Amino acid sequence: MSRRPSSVLEGPGLSPTLVSRAEVEDLLYLEAFLLDEWRMEDWLALWTEDAEYVVPTNDNPDADPDRDLMYINHDHRLLKGLVVRLMSVHAHREYPWSKTRHVVTNVRVLGEDKDGVVHADAAFTVWRFRNSDRDCYVGHYDLRIQRIGSELRLSGKRITLDAWTLAPYGAISVVL
Amino acid sequence: MDLADLIVEREEDGYFAYHRSALTSEALHRAELEHIFNRSWLYLGHESEVPEPGDFVRRTVATRPLFFVRSRSTGEVCVFANSCTHRGATICRADRGNAKSFQCFYHAWTFNSDGGLIGVPDEEGYGPAFDKSRYGLVEVPRMESYRGLIFVSFDPDVDELVDYLAGARAYIDDMMDAAEVAANVMQDAASTNGKGWSGPLEVLRGTHQYAMKANWKLLVENSMDGYHLGPTHQTYFQFLRDQNVDVSPSTGTMKLLGNGHAVIEYSGSWGRPIAKWNAAFGDASRPQLEAIRERLESTLGDTGHRMAELNRNLFIYPNLFVMDNNATALRVIEPTAAGYMNVAQYELAPQIEDPAVRRVRLESYVTFAGPGGLATPDDVEALESCQQGAGSGVEWSILSRGYHDEVPRMSGELQMRQFWRRWQEQLLARSLAPTA
Repeated sequence: MSRRPSSVLEGPGLSPTLVSRAEVEDLLYLEAFLLDEWRMEDWLALWTEDAEYVVPTNDNPDADPDRDLMYINHDHRLLKGLVVRLMSVHAHREYPWSKTRHVVTNVRVLGEDKDGVVHADAAFTVWRFRNSDRDCYVGHYDLRIQRIGSELRLSGKRITLDAWTLAPYGAISVVL
Repeated sequence: MDLADLIVEREEDGYFAYHRSALTSEALHRAELEHIFNRSWLYLGHESEVPEPGDFVRRTVATRPLFFVRSRSTGEVCVFANSCTHRGATICRADRGNAKSFQCFYHAWTFNSDGGLIGVPDEEGYGPAFDKSRYGLVEVPRMESYRGLIFVSFDPDVDELVDYLAGARAYIDDMMDAAEVAANVMQDAASTNGKGWSGPLEVLRGTHQYAMKANWKLLVENSMDGYHLGPTHQTYFQFLRDQNVDVSPSTGTMKLLGNGHAVIEYSGSWGRPIAKWNAAFGDASRPQLEAIRERLESTLGDTGHRMAELNRNLFIYPNLFVMDNNATALRVIEPTAAGYMNVAQYELAPQIEDPAVRRVRLESYVTFAGPGGLATPDDVEALESCQQGAGSGVEWSILSRGYHDEVPRMSGELQMRQFWRRWQEQLLARSLAPTA
């Protein structure tokens, strides 16, 4: 998922999938729940080994992560690093933990590609409260989902932020 | 509190402190904009951001809306106040793009890429004395480009940029010379035919634009503070250790460069895209990086070796950092209130770069210096926390570290003391100057 697919229904090369919207929603709601509960290791277990978690900058939503500067471009190794960090008492921006609320909506299942990877997208808001911080991140998820055995796993999550800059927020210190 | 009393220094005790009202006073914030930001050279952007004639970029500098454009007639960069000379509406309404002309949407006055007013609907309505040539877009009083870096000043009498840069100039030269050597090794990256910009480095697409609820001077201190790395960024170093990266502490020096500028230069166990190969870069990039390093050392001698081996945080007073470490980042700090700053960060990289090296460059930057990474969120927390503490009633912040060093250590605070002295001098000089 190096490029953001066009937002039309069923991007090029996708065929109908047996995975239902309800199943995808269950996965996304579980993810949101685990993040809001700070169950970071359980959250990491939702991901496949070829995970790609990317956040382009506000001014370059169509970014190519191999060439352009992103806010976040994490593979599984970096996601693990992020989880270790967020569970540490030395992650000063997030210790004590902030209170977050991940709200996922407008879920669409777009189809599956030739490798059987399901493409879906959704809209989100992530609220973050800590001391006087009252941050609200709003945007769009482009998702890649794989069926591993009887379960669905995340393999890609590309997050396009709607705001024009990251300000007034100082950072993206939680998982969006 | 009197401006002259905001800094207390006692040489015999090796003591230096500033009063925390310097972080919280809105009157001082306004004075800074007037006497420091309006009187200095300020970084605007990079030539590579407008490579083609007609290319433009919109940007705010010290709270002023500006845009810069590469002229279609001369190929030079022009910098304009982003305001129609008619009634004031902003002319340039996108962050970047290419335009034949700029038309104000309000009454459709139209300007060319040199700022000339070329179209006024129903022009005869202004009468026979109306002279379009008097209403071109207003250029910033001073603009100079130095080796691709475009600076502006709102003070028509400011020193020439090269004089203003003082000792910082040599560090920019060394960095650009090294980039040129690297570009030559990379099969002549400079031959970008027909472009207005043909330098070896370009600003990559994607800007880190974020903000902190803290005074801008706290980020100036933080960006050349070798002392905070261990405690503040413990989770980042843990991450590196988990990747089997050697995290033995860096050693290095600090130099004052005049006019408030300073540099810390230090060793690091990590690789450098120009040009120190490291296992994390992967074998594919090794021959190329070693060739670049060899060429650097053979053509630039000791300087070439330094540029390949050592890292630098170069501070150009009052608000620009060139972070030349495991990536090359430009950090621009803009105060918008006593307790609030905007930050913009850009990544400079060779126009032609090995994909494996580019990946490592980007990862290094994103994980360390980026606001979504494993380190910068904790800087944000530290500075916002200092800002909150400044309202506690405890009056003084201490910058005495390394006061009696014969050779200033990189984890000392002399560079910060110099910054604060320069800051105070500039405010004092202006407020005490006789007014006409």
